[in-house]
Amino acid sequence: MNRVVNYFKSLMLLELWAGMWLTLKYLVRPKYTMRYPMEHIPKSNRFRGLHALRRYPNGEERCIACKLCEAVCPALAITIDSAPREDGSRRTTRYDIDLFKCIFCGFCEESCPVDSIVLTSIHEYHMEQRGENVIIKPQLLAIGDRFENEIAAARAQDAPFR
Amino acid sequence: MNYIIDAYQFCASHFPTLTMAIGLLLFPLLPVIIAVAMYVWWERKVIGWMHVRVGPNKIGPFGLLQTFADVFKLLLKEVVYPARANKALFVLAPLWALVPAFAAWAVVPIGSHVAWSDANAGLLFLLAMTSMGVYGIIIAGWASNSRYAMLGAMRSAAQVVSYEIAMGFSLVSVLILAGSLNLSDIVNAQAGSKGALDWFFLPLLPMFVIYFVSGIAETNRLPFDMAEGESEIVAGFHVEYSGAPFAVFFLTEYANMILVSFMVPLLFLGGWLSPFPVSWGWIGAPGWWWLFAKMFVFATAYLWLRATFPRYRYDQIMRLGWKVFIPITLAWVFVAGCMKYFGWVVAGA
Repeated sequence: MNRVVNYFKSLMLLELWAGMWLTLKYLVRPKYTMRYPMEHIPKSNRFRGLHALRRYPNGEERCIACKLCEAVCPALAITIDSAPREDGSRRTTRYDIDLFKCIFCGFCEESCPVDSIVLTSIHEYHMEQRGENVIIKPQLLAIGDRFENEIAAARAQDAPFR
Repeated sequence: MNYIIDAYQFCASHFPTLTMAIGLLLFPLLPVIIAVAMYVWWERKVIGWMHVRVGPNKIGPFGLLQTFADVFKLLLKEVVYPARANKALFVLAPLWALVPAFAAWAVVPIGSHVAWSDANAGLLFLLAMTSMGVYGIIIAGWASNSRYAMLGAMRSAAQVVSYEIAMGFSLVSVLILAGSLNLSDIVNAQAGSKGALDWFFLPLLPMFVIYFVSGIAETNRLPFDMAEGESEIVAGFHVEYSGAPFAVFFLTEYANMILVSFMVPLLFLGGWLSPFPVSWGWIGAPGWWWLFAKMFVFATAYLWLRATFPRYRYDQIMRLGWKVFIPITLAWVFVAGCMKYFGWVVAGA
């Protein structure tokens, strides 16, 4: 008897209707898609993107060429040369970051005693020619100058948790 | 604009037969091609929505021109001929699939006796054309000199043969009730004072479902797309096709889907008749808009089924076709005969 009932139940296509009802509900749901170039996903203030070198408010560069970042970098992406400046302070003469080597771990930022090298929230950049993957000191400083407000705001937000 | 008219008049006066023939061909085919393009867009939209995505939305308003961009991309691509393929058959196969798919439109009416060919054996012609199309798939599989393509072709042939029988029987029950093979007469036989309750889908409810499901199987669409079966045989019969011939196969498949979406309303849901009684004034008046609205529902149902169900296993398809559909249709042909004989269903009442 049960088999006969099940047979007629299967002819009613009940399972199929249940499945179609489910997809119909999904049809009218709000969509998850982020329309990327027009919309952006909100980023954490701890986001680790493109590197930058910061300056003090008086315009003096923060970096003191201690080479801790170079030492800690697990991907060996940072290359630093240093020499005394005219005023006798130790400064970098060369500060290169190879973006192809960098794994964006953030150790350089953690190790920096003067908060000079930082990772900004910039993640949309590209290179057009071979060799552009190595960014040099003036570029890093320029990025720092341009986004100083954002960098400082993100650090200030994160400060209570450090 | 004048240039076009001048060119037309020049052609019409110098090559009257040719102009007439091309005009007669383009007039029904262009709408079909544009409908296919819109249908592909609609498919991607609907399935996208069911996946909680938005679907194509970049090219043209709401992504409407997406399909045209895809088609131009395909047409500009190189056609690769596989090594040791049978080149003549390889080229012939997509055309063999395409021609019947378009020829079938000749007998599809959009109003009472408003059809390219108001043939008395319209339904027979349609059945013949839709089964001709599968030869294109078989030839494609054979000519490709590829195991995947051959497997896809064999599966497709077996599947179409199986479901053709069930489809044929469900058509027989419609013929018994309508008493005609002419599609316009079949629709007119469903007219009556009770509106939707006079249509054939009520006395032939199992046949209505079986016809639509067989139609999906005939057009090799999910969940019956064994001929393609990406996960098992890559792309089945068209695995070796690229560029324009692939586009032709694509066009054929969607033209056939739209055709089946037209046939279901014509045979079972009163075609251009209004679902409301004629006595209700304008809302009960028949018109092509009813046919197109019903067609749209079934065309969308195709996509809905695709988004919902996983692909059938091959032996399950055969079981469904031979052990479920054919017995049910056979029984219901008898029931339909009784309904006609005892006058429970009167055509055109």
